Amino acid sequence: MTGEEIRPSRLHWWWLVVASAALVSAGLVAILLGAVDLDARAVILSIADRIPFVDVDSGLNNRQEAILWELRMPRVVLGGVVGAMLAVAGGSYQGSFRNPLADPYLLGAAAGAGLGATIAFAYGSGLPSGPIDTLPLLAFIGGVGGVAATYAIGYSVKAGRTPVTLILAGVAVAAFLTAVQTYLQQRNAETLREVYGWILGRLSTVGWGEVWLVLPYVIVSTVVILLGARRLDVLSVGDDEAVTLGVDPSRVRLVMVLAATLGTAAVVAVSGLIGFVGIIVPHAVRIVFGSSYRVVLPLSVLFGATFLILADLLARTVASPAEIPIGVVTAFVGAPFFALVLRSSRGLGS
Amino acid sequence: MYRRILLMITAITLVAAACGSSTDTAEAPSTTLGTTTTMEVTTTVAASPTTSSSTTTSSTTMPEFSGFPVTIEAPNGPVTIETQPESIVSLSPTSTEVLFAVGAGAQVVAVDNQSNHPADAPMTELTGFEPNLEAIAAFGADLVVIMYDPGDVITGLEAIGIPVIMHPSAATLNDAYTQIEQIGAATGHTDDAAVLVSSMKDEIAATTASTDGSGATYYHELSPDFYSVTSVTFVGALYTMLGLSNIADGADPDGYGYPQLSAEHILSEDPDMVFLADTKCCGQDAGTVADRPGWDTLTAVQTGAITGLDDDIASRWGPRVVDFVSSIAAAITEFRDS
Repeated sequence: MTGEEIRPSRLHWWWLVVASAALVSAGLVAILLGAVDLDARAVILSIADRIPFVDVDSGLNNRQEAILWELRMPRVVLGGVVGAMLAVAGGSYQGSFRNPLADPYLLGAAAGAGLGATIAFAYGSGLPSGPIDTLPLLAFIGGVGGVAATYAIGYSVKAGRTPVTLILAGVAVAAFLTAVQTYLQQRNAETLREVYGWILGRLSTVGWGEVWLVLPYVIVSTVVILLGARRLDVLSVGDDEAVTLGVDPSRVRLVMVLAATLGTAAVVAVSGLIGFVGIIVPHAVRIVFGSSYRVVLPLSVLFGATFLILADLLARTVASPAEIPIGVVTAFVGAPFFALVLRSSRGLGS
Repeated sequence: MYRRILLMITAITLVAAACGSSTDTAEAPSTTLGTTTTMEVTTTVAASPTTSSSTTTSSTTMPEFSGFPVTIEAPNGPVTIETQPESIVSLSPTSTEVLFAVGAGAQVVAVDNQSNHPADAPMTELTGFEPNLEAIAAFGADLVVIMYDPGDVITGLEAIGIPVIMHPSAATLNDAYTQIEQIGAATGHTDDAAVLVSSMKDEIAATTASTDGSGATYYHELSPDFYSVTSVTFVGALYTMLGLSNIADGADPDGYGYPQLSAEHILSEDPDMVFLADTKCCGQDAGTVADRPGWDTLTAVQTGAITGLDDDIASRWGPRVVDFVSSIAAAITEFRDS
């Protein structure tokens, strides 16, 4: 047990309003700012122009329209989708394992996806190409495969099977997959930079294609996770108690972890490994709004999206017109921010 | 942790840029020009005997008597070579090209797994990234050329009596020429190296004199995630010689030379010409570039001013720099004519 105390609380509707407002504002700011200065009024007009039956002239030329609609907009949207997914998946993992340090990459998803991506970089040109690019496909397969291997090993344990067994299996699988990945990478040294770029996360080359690719997975996973929030609350009292309350812990765990893994693998496939979001966002929400998963999970969706949109805004504007990896921003900004939240929360009934 | 990874990327970018790709050259872009230049150079060099190990029959003057022992003022300090090396190991693709171009090819016993040019270079599993001292020594090396020391390669090899020349990425053409001259001196091919350097200088001077890219802008792509070079880099300086302006200049506040640009920046700068140095590594060409989101609005895409380069040639600083300059010049001429 982690000593995590339950502070039952309901989800107030106005929290959702505040969180949604934060998300919309972040999205708007992120659309208005970028490496290239676009006139704010023109951007708003251009957005208005896309509303059905509204026809205004934004004054943007073709290239500026392309920058706004084919580069910046999908990037902001994808940032939101990825952030929401990672945050809610992190919350789901933390609840399933009753472990505050659990993140969406805990069970080998990151190592598996990393291996898949490395194979794609090293041998991708030699593989037959299908309707989906090799890189997201292999990263997705790797991520899901990593977690599947963890489950297979964890469940092969006969006696004394606990959530900890699964986490340990995850450690072993991750170590093994990382070793294979590092080996392949050294054998194909020319891919080193690409692989590292991917490991640090990136939203930089996305178009709408990536958004449509991951959205179905994210929606399904998020809905499943949100519907399971109540069961995670039951689980937080302990496996034995959960059984007496009529909840099958390993079944809940399986469903929640599978949903989180599917969504995580999908977003990792297009954005690389963006760290910290899955830990920072759910914890910040928990500290500020209460620890019930019925509060943490929905708010994590909204604040996760907000956080990653803002992190990506920094990634593409701080060193503008060059870019810095988004994983660096989430860690660099997220960690101190989290420390601040942690500090100011002391004595607030936790 | 992240800082370390960043530092690694920094180091790796340099190294990777220097290495290009190990994939087969069969898919090299069709616009690769100037192979003739290399041939010409090689012939010049081959005019003097290259099989130095069995040269007693040769009647021409023998460069190998040119003063062994020699001391080379290499970037890693003075390196003394007692006798003409007969078993050279090269862990640098550029140095491999240089060794063969100055006529020391027959003295080379092993090259690293990235040294894919010339085709008859004895490529092995050796790697320049994590060199294994025992494996190098096992080739009976009496001279090792590297471009980067990941730790203790130089110290380790010198401890067992093998001289090491480290020739890192050249910052300028003069650096590149100096490296060629040093390789020539170290291998007993001083004269051949001098001939090669002067022919390179002549070729490049002729190309730059007959090409004027001034007023036009360009984007040089190292990878599909928009890593580029600025004019302070070796490659960037070559474009500058031809009069082109770089859209990555000013996008590199730290002056490191290899910034990652944003797609927004590239679209907004709308470069007149696009050069792809990621054709072999990453399968990029005019078609894939045009398919990128928003890129169809680029003037260069619409006018077809996209040139696929050979990644290797575009990332090395050896004799084939001449070819690189010619391809850029040809692209400029085509751009001017269209």
